[in-house]
Amino acid sequence: MLDDIARRFRGQAPCADFVSLRVVRERSEALTVRRGVLQPVQSGDDLGAMITVVQGGGVGYAGTSDVSDAGLREAAQRALAWARGTAGRTVVDFSRVVMPRPQGSYRTPVRTPWTSVPLAERIDLVRAECARLAIDPRIVDWQASLWNIEVDTLYVTVDGARVDQHLSLVVPNLSATANEGTETQVRSLAGRGICRQGGLEVLDATGFHTQAPRIAREALELLEAPNCPSGKMFLLLAADQMYLQIHESIGHPLELDRILGDERNYAGTSFVTPEMFGTYRYGSRLLNVTFDPAVPGEFASYGFDDDGVKAERTHIIRDGVLLRPLGSAISQARAGLDGVANSRASSWNRAPIDRMANLNVEPGDASIDDLVAMVDHGVLMSSNCSWSIDDSRNKFQFGCEWGRLIDNGVLGAVVKKPNYRGISATFWRNLVRVGNGETRDVLGSPFCGKGEPNQIIRVGHASPACLFADVDVFGGE
Amino acid sequence: MQAYFNALADHLGTRLRGAEIYTASLQAEVSDFVRFNKAAVRQAGTVRQLVLSVDLIDGARHSGADLTLTGDFALDARRLDDALDTLRARLPLLPEDPHLVYATEVCSTERASASTLPSGQDAVDAILYAARGLDFVGFHAQGPVYTGFANSFGQRNWFAAHSFNLSWSLYRDGDKAVKSSYAGFTWDPREPTEKMRLAASQLEVLGRAPKTIAPGRYRAYLAPAAMQEVTELLCWGGFGLEEHRTKQTPLIRLAGGEASLHPAITLRENTRDGTAPDFQASGFVRPEAVTLIGDGAWGECLVSPRSAKEYAVPTNGASAAESPESLDLAAGDLPRAEVLRRLGTGLYVNNLWYLNYSDRAACRMTGMTRFATFWVEDGEIVAPLNVMRFDESLYRLWGTNLVGLTAERDFILDSDTYFKRSTRSVRLPGAVVDEMAFTL
Repeated sequence: MLDDIARRFRGQAPCADFVSLRVVRERSEALTVRRGVLQPVQSGDDLGAMITVVQGGGVGYAGTSDVSDAGLREAAQRALAWARGTAGRTVVDFSRVVMPRPQGSYRTPVRTPWTSVPLAERIDLVRAECARLAIDPRIVDWQASLWNIEVDTLYVTVDGARVDQHLSLVVPNLSATANEGTETQVRSLAGRGICRQGGLEVLDATGFHTQAPRIAREALELLEAPNCPSGKMFLLLAADQMYLQIHESIGHPLELDRILGDERNYAGTSFVTPEMFGTYRYGSRLLNVTFDPAVPGEFASYGFDDDGVKAERTHIIRDGVLLRPLGSAISQARAGLDGVANSRASSWNRAPIDRMANLNVEPGDASIDDLVAMVDHGVLMSSNCSWSIDDSRNKFQFGCEWGRLIDNGVLGAVVKKPNYRGISATFWRNLVRVGNGETRDVLGSPFCGKGEPNQIIRVGHASPACLFADVDVFGGE
Repeated sequence: MQAYFNALADHLGTRLRGAEIYTASLQAEVSDFVRFNKAAVRQAGTVRQLVLSVDLIDGARHSGADLTLTGDFALDARRLDDALDTLRARLPLLPEDPHLVYATEVCSTERASASTLPSGQDAVDAILYAARGLDFVGFHAQGPVYTGFANSFGQRNWFAAHSFNLSWSLYRDGDKAVKSSYAGFTWDPREPTEKMRLAASQLEVLGRAPKTIAPGRYRAYLAPAAMQEVTELLCWGGFGLEEHRTKQTPLIRLAGGEASLHPAITLRENTRDGTAPDFQASGFVRPEAVTLIGDGAWGECLVSPRSAKEYAVPTNGASAAESPESLDLAAGDLPRAEVLRRLGTGLYVNNLWYLNYSDRAACRMTGMTRFATFWVEDGEIVAPLNVMRFDESLYRLWGTNLVGLTAERDFILDSDTYFKRSTRSVRLPGAVVDEMAFTL
């Protein structure tokens, strides 16, 4: 189907300096069982095309769900009109930006395809886990869900480039809400941070079939727990909080379009400036961060970005020193900096912008016991439930579902409503130990928002547990 | 577009078998999107999209699909036929849904306006003319937005709005900027120039040496745009029946009577005076208004049809998310012209940013100041303020520490464009509050 659309488009593409077509078909199915009741089963079939035209230095886009001959022709003319109308009035002369002419393909490795298990059995899988969450009358809400997305993308240029990619995505979740009086506590599967590429084998790899009783039990435990203490102390972050810490205070500030000012009216700018790359100490010497589109199963893996640039593993921060931004070909040309293949659009109906994809903290050498043993007084926090950061991506505050005291190198009591706050520019320099591969998890989010018009995009973050010193920790009221 | 939708609806009706029922809702738009940076165009384009959601119902079983369509009836009818076949094959595999409910009483409505919008290129010309010489960054969206509902009982609802929304900022240095917007349904090409001239006049004070305050409690004025951020957070789980019945609402203490807000707080879902459709995706028509909080006390929840069935209460036409779309906070008695005097010494906060709950049960929220936030002494703006984090409970912010709400309110059209252009709006006053907690 996508090749047919591309063939018909090529037959009527406008004559211009550069013309590309990106066709996206996204099919999805969401299965949720809440309080034992299967919620409405909704499937999606989203098909459309985005046409990009560069002419005379201007650029124009046209996205359309009308993939008929007439619809493609009309969209192409709209894109051409925008390119002509913006020539000489754009942030960069787009005719000077060299766009690649790639050939290639990418396909998510899948062992157990979603549809290899019949729908009724898929529902039973979800129903069974939902039932295992209802362990006590104080569990007042509970649900299990599975979401599958199959994405086909075909990128072509009128002069012969062609990239086809197929992504298979699975997002499992479990959550239990416990209540007593006005105290309500929620536990979920890794703070809703589990999302992977692959098939139904993801469920075994992520604990979907085993974690329900623990999640419900921990929600009940939190009802009885004291508030997290306040003060400056050690903070041990599990991978399911680290993923969001990476996302908000490394990923976003290093997006080059933010540094160039494109997002100042909405998502914000960055405390990072162009001259920092190559010399700035972002974190302690233990901090190593990679842009890695090829970690097996990680959510934002791909072979090529949405401008057709081949994606490759690249160090962004090495031994604590900032090396390069998360900037796409267009942003690289504007800034004169090297970047990565991260020009990404949420779908056919949005033009690509700089987005983090798989952005990971590399493992160190400490076991979880080693990390705990280093702490004389501190808190272990797990499973993000609250996040907030300033528009320069500097002053942040996070909250977690679950905390445990650590005193004299020993894990202690459970505490509720654990929160911490800090400043990106100094927080990572207080990284005092990095967990090994045993403490690492491959997580991510389907819901990173940015851009005007707004775009929700998928990101992956793999991280070990990490230990930070002198962090401002506090609890609830 | 309306005729096309009605034709699709009629076609769906001819494809039903036996006792089958269908409901269908359309979300469509043709939007020009132009983003700017440094008074130049970063991206410019048009998006044309039609998404139809169909639910096929047979007895107590039902199954739904979301499909993008072309707008060509012949092509789309075939696509719908295939989708119906898929849904029909799926129905026997699904259990009966005890919470299924759909509108059976036909209530057709229509709310549509004609376009007076300029061409996208003409709008860009006016914007770039107004922005010349300024560090202007922003986003312009315009065009028609359509929402339709149909079912096999013959109900037809239609909503069409032709709107524009120019959201923009003028930067002085670093992160010091003035944010503004120009949004509505009738475009005046002189207005961007006038609004930008006014904003540029405010840049002078942003050029003064910025002040950094120590963490602590300060008196503050929250302008309507800052109040919008507070209400947006409250809309995230604050008002829906499901969140209340499962004790997850951040307003659990208010709803339970353990806490109250200032008597000046009356918050309504005011569909009559908003810009959102007056019907929802299952075909239920909304009342003109629902009082969520009245005189500082809890009022009533937004109830989706599904929650209505689950908890055996009447629906009030809420969407499945049970989130307000036309929120309206009653005006107070503080003239806006007297805000600085009543503030005295403290923070004048034009915008807040990135709010989230730090203690949900206590409705304690954290977030940042952003854009033009000023330090005020004795009723005079002294200096721009470097960004500060706040962490404060609504029960203090809108309760014990609320000094007053302004008599004038801003009507703000939502600029959200996630997945589709928003039709939501809010009508909000500003607020002077005492002892607001700033922490970082």
